[in-house]
Amino acid sequence: MLDETDPRVTAAAEICASHAYDPAELIEILHELQDREGYIAEETLPAIAQLLNISRAEVHGVVSFYHDFRREPAGKVVVKICRAESCQSMGASKLIARICERYNTDLGTTSRAGVTIEQVFCLGLCAQSPAAMLNGRFIGHATEEGLDTAIVEALS
Amino acid sequence: MIRIWIPADTAALAAGADETAAAFEEAAQARGVEIDIARNGSRGMLWLEPLVEAGMNHDRIAFGPVRAADAASVLDAILDGKEHPLGHGRTVEMPWLAHQERLTFARVGVIDPLDLADYEAHAGLTGLRKALTMEPAAICAEVLESGLRGRGGAGFPAGIKWKTVLDQKAERKYVACNADEGDSGTFADRMLMEGDPLLMVEAMTIAGIATGATEGYIYIRSEYPRAIAQMKAAIAVMEGAGWLGENIQGSGHSFRMKVRRGAGAYICGEESSMLQSIEGKRGTVRVKPPIPAISGLFGQPTVINNVLTLASVPLIIDRGAAFYKNYGVGRSHGTQPFQLAGNIKRGGLVEKAFGITIRELIEGFGGGTASGRPFRTAQIGGPLGAYVSEDMLDLPMDYEAMATHQAMVGHGGVVVFDDTVDMAEMARFAFEFCEEESCGKCTPCRIGAIRGKETVEKILRGENVAKNIALIDDLCELMRDGSLCAMGGLTPMPVLSAIRLFPEDFDRATPVAAE
Repeated sequence: MLDETDPRVTAAAEICASHAYDPAELIEILHELQDREGYIAEETLPAIAQLLNISRAEVHGVVSFYHDFRREPAGKVVVKICRAESCQSMGASKLIARICERYNTDLGTTSRAGVTIEQVFCLGLCAQSPAAMLNGRFIGHATEEGLDTAIVEALS
Repeated sequence: MIRIWIPADTAALAAGADETAAAFEEAAQARGVEIDIARNGSRGMLWLEPLVEAGMNHDRIAFGPVRAADAASVLDAILDGKEHPLGHGRTVEMPWLAHQERLTFARVGVIDPLDLADYEAHAGLTGLRKALTMEPAAICAEVLESGLRGRGGAGFPAGIKWKTVLDQKAERKYVACNADEGDSGTFADRMLMEGDPLLMVEAMTIAGIATGATEGYIYIRSEYPRAIAQMKAAIAVMEGAGWLGENIQGSGHSFRMKVRRGAGAYICGEESSMLQSIEGKRGTVRVKPPIPAISGLFGQPTVINNVLTLASVPLIIDRGAAFYKNYGVGRSHGTQPFQLAGNIKRGGLVEKAFGITIRELIEGFGGGTASGRPFRTAQIGGPLGAYVSEDMLDLPMDYEAMATHQAMVGHGGVVVFDDTVDMAEMARFAFEFCEEESCGKCTPCRIGAIRGKETVEKILRGENVAKNIALIDDLCELMRDGSLCAMGGLTPMPVLSAIRLFPEDFDRATPVAAE
């Protein structure tokens, strides 16, 4: 039985229905759920498993395999900074260290101010290294000052 | 009315192209002139983005980089036909473009990407029109004869794959296009999907006709939201015009296409992981055999090709195998869209026939390092590709020549580093990347990556350096020979090339333990 009092579960059920309960669409279903709710709540996993007629282990396996899916809500501002070779050649490691220091947080965690800083391997902007993405917006030739301004703007 | 072209390619957007476009609208309004802004793909001169052009077809003049603040003065220069400090003259005469051989990228940056009439006016659909009149076996033969090899990195002859799928008897067959372009230093797939998405639909449809496949999936990484949106829109355009779907143009051939979004796993660029992911599963590698051409997606015969491989096909069918085969050297036929990235002055997309030297790319097109410091190394072919030293720069970009020197062309990415790079750190990172992105199915990759990283860390601390380098050699041999796929199998390539070519970086000064 689905817990229909939990809005996250009803959201998951709606999305599964819109994909005709096709288990091959599981990744797309999880994307849409995360786009809507901000994360994949543990409570939604049994519901998705039941609706797609697959095991909970299979759903858990997919959610935990892919880097995109978060198990907890992120901060108000999500900054993804590329750590791949091309961006490293233009100082990405230093940039990440400075931004993390400025917001007093570590890669992969959320600061008290609500800034989540994450690593990503390649955004496809390798001729404009270092590259970053802030709440879905791409930034080429990222600098500490530029990112900081954009973060402050997005927080307010 | 003057047409102004302002790219909407992600690279241009990351440089502020939307703000520039808004500033042009505003400036035109203030001057009481009407302008027609078209959002094209990128010409690939990424240091000049946003690159604004005025005019039609080959008579366009270019300005760049045009920030929002420059829009008014550039518009004045366009209206008055005057010089501007950001002006570059006629776009097609700019040396960077004039010296290229753009076959695959012929339309990218030139046309309005979703305008079918513009696409057709620039030789679009010619390949598919011809394919509809041909026997499937003849299409496969043409692709084989052209010498086209897999552009994803492996370089396997595309025609052989196609013929294998054609020869299978099955209820359903699939075409799966690999657009999971995760290699650092590569962005050609992204630019092509954003700038000429109708080409991808045409190409996959030809692959379907040639092999008897009726369904196609294009698997695009989630880091490319604009490519995903463009491909979905392109599918709708082609369906609307009867070039995709049931009974295409009354030919009796049917082909349907779907976009699948990845979810941030590098390993899903490996073909069997990609199939798992398209099926909605964890992206773990499958054991081969069976090969996907016999048992692939949902257990059915499946053609798997990279974006650039498929994108080469319409031209091959239209102009014939011999035309394409004429480009290139040795057994590397045709052109490769190379991507210049990292610490480089003029980064971007250079499509040239195979055989161009690394030096011509980095120094000729690229203009050397962005920092102005001396060149130290370039990593070629993605994170699993080798680092090359300065004395290797005259090597031609050719599958076999690169392999002879323990390097690879891969997907054509060239990432430049200046003399501040620490190659021991890059070797450590290669293992770390493998640890992060390994699917975990086979032990050499899953455990080898972690042990490799720990061992390089010991070297970085100066612990038993010679002994630990010997250990890495041994570990790399095991990963190369024992891994299920290229993730673990090729991680040794960047690591060993760094040790071989830059031993001084591994000779850490402060040994804490004696040998």
